[in-house]
Amino acid sequence: MSILVNRNTKVITQGITGKTGQFHTRTCRDYANGRACFVAGVNPKKAGEDFEGIPIYATVKEAKAATGATVSVIYVPPPFAAEAIDEAVAADLDLVICITEGIPVRDMIRTRYKMQGRRTLLLGPNCPGVITPDEIKIGIMPGHIHRKGRIGVVSRSGTLTYEAVGQLTELGLGQSTAVGIGGDPVNGLKHIDVLKLFNDDPDTDAVVMIGEIGGTDEEEAAVWAKTNMKKPVVGFIAGVTAPPGKRMGHAGAIISGGKGTAQEKLEVMDASGIRVTRNPAEMGTLLKSVL
Amino acid sequence: MQRRTRRNNEDLDVKIHEYQGKEIFRRYGMAVPRGIPVFSVDEAVKAARELGGPVWVVKAQVHAGGRGKGGGVKLARSLDEVRDLAGKILGMQLVTHQTGPGGQKVRRLLIEEGADIKKELYVAMVVDRATQRVTLMASSEGGMDIEEVAAHTPEKIHRVAIDPGTGLTDAQADDIARKIGIPDASLPQARTMLHGLYKAFDETDASLAEINPLILTGDGKVIALDAKLNFDSNALFRHADIVAMRDLDEEDPAEIEASKFDLSYISLDGNIGCLVNGAGLAMATMDVIKLYGGEPANFLDVGGGATAEKVTEAFKIMLRNPHLKAILVNIFGGIMRCDVIAEGVITASKAVGLSVPLVVRMKGTNEELGRKMIADSGLPIITANNMAEAAEKVVAAAKGAK
Repeated sequence: MSILVNRNTKVITQGITGKTGQFHTRTCRDYANGRACFVAGVNPKKAGEDFEGIPIYATVKEAKAATGATVSVIYVPPPFAAEAIDEAVAADLDLVICITEGIPVRDMIRTRYKMQGRRTLLLGPNCPGVITPDEIKIGIMPGHIHRKGRIGVVSRSGTLTYEAVGQLTELGLGQSTAVGIGGDPVNGLKHIDVLKLFNDDPDTDAVVMIGEIGGTDEEEAAVWAKTNMKKPVVGFIAGVTAPPGKRMGHAGAIISGGKGTAQEKLEVMDASGIRVTRNPAEMGTLLKSVL
Repeated sequence: MQRRTRRNNEDLDVKIHEYQGKEIFRRYGMAVPRGIPVFSVDEAVKAARELGGPVWVVKAQVHAGGRGKGGGVKLARSLDEVRDLAGKILGMQLVTHQTGPGGQKVRRLLIEEGADIKKELYVAMVVDRATQRVTLMASSEGGMDIEEVAAHTPEKIHRVAIDPGTGLTDAQADDIARKIGIPDASLPQARTMLHGLYKAFDETDASLAEINPLILTGDGKVIALDAKLNFDSNALFRHADIVAMRDLDEEDPAEIEASKFDLSYISLDGNIGCLVNGAGLAMATMDVIKLYGGEPANFLDVGGGATAEKVTEAFKIMLRNPHLKAILVNIFGGIMRCDVIAEGVITASKAVGLSVPLVVRMKGTNEELGRKMIADSGLPIITANNMAEAAEKVVAAAKGAK
């Protein structure tokens, strides 16, 4: 088992014909069961054509009807990416994974508003995607650093997720699923949502939760975990040294009005029974110590 | 925390001057005082004459907040006084809680007509992550540092989340206006102001809009005496007018240079330069340096492609910092191969004639090959196998290189 996606998931790629879309579609298709998973692409101007054997449809709705796909991944450029999410939501997919970085916040506010009451889940935007090792990789993460196993990983950051996964793999601890929720202020699934999924997954034994400065998502997840989480969770928060008012790359990573400091997050996590480390080189060993 | 280099809030957002903010407010039907932006003392006097007296306000135009307390906003009661004050303020290094101790040089002024202030109020709009909506915040305690109000009397700050479908409703606008003490006779004016603010915020892709103070005048008018607007840099592609309002004199030259090469760079106070791919890993790298007793000199995210060109530019920018004692390169290659990264680091080191110790930690495909290339390059580059080792080595190197 795993969360969100597995070897049987059928995926539509929105933005399959762009340079980024092409590159990552190839690496995803070549990973584990990818050849069976990546069943369709979308581009209204190239409907009827194919990308290296993957058929291209005019709309998500058509791609879904023709292939039975339930998930889409988006590499569409930022000015059009929110509309691409809207289209996937309108087609009633189960899950939309938006890799695109740099979508205007106003577009995401409108998209999230339109998603109210709809069944579709959104992962991202500005995220690395999701991987269930040895089954399916949807996104831009390097597949080879992962190993199949029983540790869940959830993080707002891309390369820091790879860092944690790399450490786990080196310690012989494989991953059930690794989820990048993205670094934007207005996004879809949050730490709390992913923790709930890992909690219910019989094949996940423990979770590494990686956060960063800005917002209160980590605090909310920690408070929920205190009374509900049945599995050990360890955590790291990036940005202890980040000065207030400075936005650290991610649009969401900013300490504003004294809120969202790493210190505050670490304290709430600690008080909620989540073991935390201040050393990002020790995420793996910390997790191993709680098993 | 490192407040010394902190100059403004929300650093990657685009900021404009007060007078430009007021131009935008005017477009949305919001009442602002009559005023004229000027660049010289003579222009200041001419502007004052044009506006007519008897009272003028001479306002320093810099992007930092807290200008009044820093002596950048003064009242003039005659044209001579306008001349005198303009002469004093233009060219001064204005120091506020948002500039460094060196302050920010004043190059522009706004000459404005005086206002009959009966009450000073506070109004702002931001995007609230939790509700994923634009939130209107307002307080009866205007004119002062709102963070103080939030800390000591949070009950005096009122909030309302705006539904993206309906926009700000009349009922919401009236409710907020009443809560901050606007009398019934002035409610229609307050409503115009708040509707204008939401429309301006939404249509310009603002990330922050703040009016501090919003005033109620003796004759019941509601006027925006100040205007602070920041914009979402991701939305600039659809706002050429806002791009044109940027004042590069107000921005950190190192940060501007970095942005040309698609590098995300922020100056900090320490002496260890960091070059990392990915924002989260870059922050974590700063944290681990600190943990091992060092101080990061910067945040630098090279993004996905750590090419020789990007690494070279990043080195050049870091080396301009006179306090720099060592550099740590931390790249989680992932899909990118370590031999390519090594090539980039070697080329860049040679190109810039690297004068400080360099520690490189690479992770990903062809790690061994990458390390061998660095060892064989003959350059004094120190390699490390993991983040902790890299941090330890770079902190030691920085301390050794007095």
